[in-house]
Amino acid sequence: MAEDTVQGGPVLAADGTPLKASLNKAMRKNRIRALLLVTPLFLFILFSFLIPIFDMTFRSVDNWQLVELMPKTTAALADWDGKAIPEEPVFAALVEDLKNGAKSREIGKVGTRLNYEKSGMRSMITGSARKAVKVKEGPYKPQVLKFHRYWDDLETWTVIKRNTAPYTIGYYLNAVDMKYDKQGDIVMQPENQQIYGKLFLRTFAISLGITIICVILAYPISYLLATLPIRYSNLLMIFVLLPFWTSLLVRTTAWIAMLQSQGVLNDLFVFFGLVDDANRLQLMHNLAGTVIAMTHILLPFMVLPLYSVMKTIPPSYMRAALSMGANPLVAFVRVYMPQTLSGIGAGSILVFILSIGYYITPALVGGTSGTLISNQIAYHMQSSLNWGLAGALGALLLASVLVLYMLYNKLVGIDNMRLG
Amino acid sequence: MSETADILVKFDSVQKSYDGETLVVKDFNLDVSKGEFVTMLGPSGSGKTTCLMMLAGFEPATHGEIYLDGVPINNVPPHKRGIGMVFQNYALFPHMTVAENLAFPLEVRGLGKSEIEDKVNKALDMVRLGGFGDRRPAQLSGGQQQRVAVSRALVFEPKLVLMDEPLGALDKNLREEMQYEIKHIHENLQVTMVYVTHDQSEALTMSDRIAVFDDGIVQQLAPPDELYEKPMNAFVAGFIGENNRLFGKVVSIDGKFCQVELEGGGGMVKALAVNIGGVGSRTTLSLRPERVTIGAAKGATENSLSATVQELIYLGDHIRSRVRLTGNSEFVVKVPNSHGHVHLKKGEVTQIGWEAEDCRALDA
Repeated sequence: MAEDTVQGGPVLAADGTPLKASLNKAMRKNRIRALLLVTPLFLFILFSFLIPIFDMTFRSVDNWQLVELMPKTTAALADWDGKAIPEEPVFAALVEDLKNGAKSREIGKVGTRLNYEKSGMRSMITGSARKAVKVKEGPYKPQVLKFHRYWDDLETWTVIKRNTAPYTIGYYLNAVDMKYDKQGDIVMQPENQQIYGKLFLRTFAISLGITIICVILAYPISYLLATLPIRYSNLLMIFVLLPFWTSLLVRTTAWIAMLQSQGVLNDLFVFFGLVDDANRLQLMHNLAGTVIAMTHILLPFMVLPLYSVMKTIPPSYMRAALSMGANPLVAFVRVYMPQTLSGIGAGSILVFILSIGYYITPALVGGTSGTLISNQIAYHMQSSLNWGLAGALGALLLASVLVLYMLYNKLVGIDNMRLG
Repeated sequence: MSETADILVKFDSVQKSYDGETLVVKDFNLDVSKGEFVTMLGPSGSGKTTCLMMLAGFEPATHGEIYLDGVPINNVPPHKRGIGMVFQNYALFPHMTVAENLAFPLEVRGLGKSEIEDKVNKALDMVRLGGFGDRRPAQLSGGQQQRVAVSRALVFEPKLVLMDEPLGALDKNLREEMQYEIKHIHENLQVTMVYVTHDQSEALTMSDRIAVFDDGIVQQLAPPDELYEKPMNAFVAGFIGENNRLFGKVVSIDGKFCQVELEGGGGMVKALAVNIGGVGSRTTLSLRPERVTIGAAKGATENSLSATVQELIYLGDHIRSRVRLTGNSEFVVKVPNSHGHVHLKKGEVTQIGWEAEDCRALDA
């Protein structure tokens, strides 16, 4: 082989050009065509999906506020050793930055940023900016120290110094219930302020629970679908798909009507005497509501892959197992079930990933005990406007999904997954 | 003769209907002796596979009783019947290796580990697949999968092995090879086999007896040679082997023989009266192509007619000659390519003849 290439060089086509080049030329048209076919979708995904994701993920580490809005202070603090309150030059730079910030009305952003790290710093910054405008001449240090008692606190300066860096891991620390302490070391939040870790855990637990319930509910119905004669199975399939075609919001709202304490289910329970009228079950605005509604909504994602896998298993496998003397249960567990694993895997990963990021349903029926991490992300996007923290939480969610996906790939093998 | 003791399978007037309106199997009776190789042969939809499924226990009989070793088994579930089965597409479990596939029937019977290993190896050696135990079925060729399926059906030493068109998915050469292999396994193990196929040459090659199915009824149950040489009705004559059909009316019956006047003005022929009504009834004459002599002088055979050569196909060992005879232009004569055989030309008028013994008068 090696000798061949040394002697003959690259293989040549009939006209003397290298075969590779000739092949490339022949394939070019196909490649261009394929490229043109994917371009619209690619552009759409790029602008509607990839760029926003990168933007939000970047926000989770971006720390532009002090660098851009307090450039002089940032420069003056560059050499500060952090052991004592800084000297006059830093205060002179600070007053100038505060004046400029007050003029451009952007100083509030600095305050907001610093407030994430230590509460009270927003009012300190905005108040100081108002006062700084009136300062005519130095020395500045004594005047500034009278603006707010925080300026005489070493921790204030530690926080400011830390945030003169253009990038921060502060949002991520926040997202995993950690923070910097007064000395600038990373520690856990106090017990009563740890919310995100618990919320992540709850999100995973609820998603896992929903996935398991979906498997248990979907397996028999998929089996029925796959084994019934086609005219019955088509009808049944429509029942499975019907909720699929209905708006998510409509279905969630329907569940509100079903589950609320004066709702259909509770009325039925009372009517049949299962529960007392005074003690109607609380099925909504809690964990139960989230699990019930999400299971219903995500069930088709489990049924469809299971069905498509079961459809390909000929009945002769079960018959062969029976003919060899296995009783129906053994035959099912040892012969049928292993062949549906790829469907279970595909359905589970779909349902699990979808439920990890679920937002509308838990927001509407979840109450406090039934909300998921995505609801916190939405809160920081829409209400608290802490996009950095929202970005960090979102990035962590994305990362954990990817890790799970890789884990799944290692255990089950993504090639074995069949979606239909 | 202690006949009842030797019978392993007995179908006693079994009927089967799927929809409650039409019978797929009408009044099926069959006795299979121990060690016998019985084939159910028939076109698709003739009810042969349904009979096999009823025997295996996957379909309940609508009426009648099936006995296995003298015991009625209508209410015995399939896994308790102890019948080995080979399926059309082998049904090898794709998630198990070949050895695991073979071990499965032994494991569910609770055999010990070393015993299982021993039997699995023996079974693999029997089908010349020793050393293939660790492979997955998908890594084997069609013929190898087939052999695994056969040995899996035999490994737990069942009294009876059923095969449902097991060679249907193989190509022609492999199919013939496997026919002999299955036949040899049958001879060596002396196991009773019930085989289903629509391929008549397969049935003729392998079977002790063949049940020819059509329209839910067994048309004839006989050994291969009898089936070919002495078909009892027009369907069997047409279904097994190549067959010339001539239509006519019975003019007289004389003991074993009858005189038939051919349709289309062919004159009178003498035929063996096998399955005919009375004088005046219509009949189909069945005549094997190789029993017809061509170019014979008038009077040399009991029946003699003139025919026009329509087509000649050279097939090496014989020449297939299609001739027109009393308006029937599908009449085929096989001229053996022997030394000094008759050389025919297309369009030539020649004399063909046959013995009355070889010409069977059957139902119309």
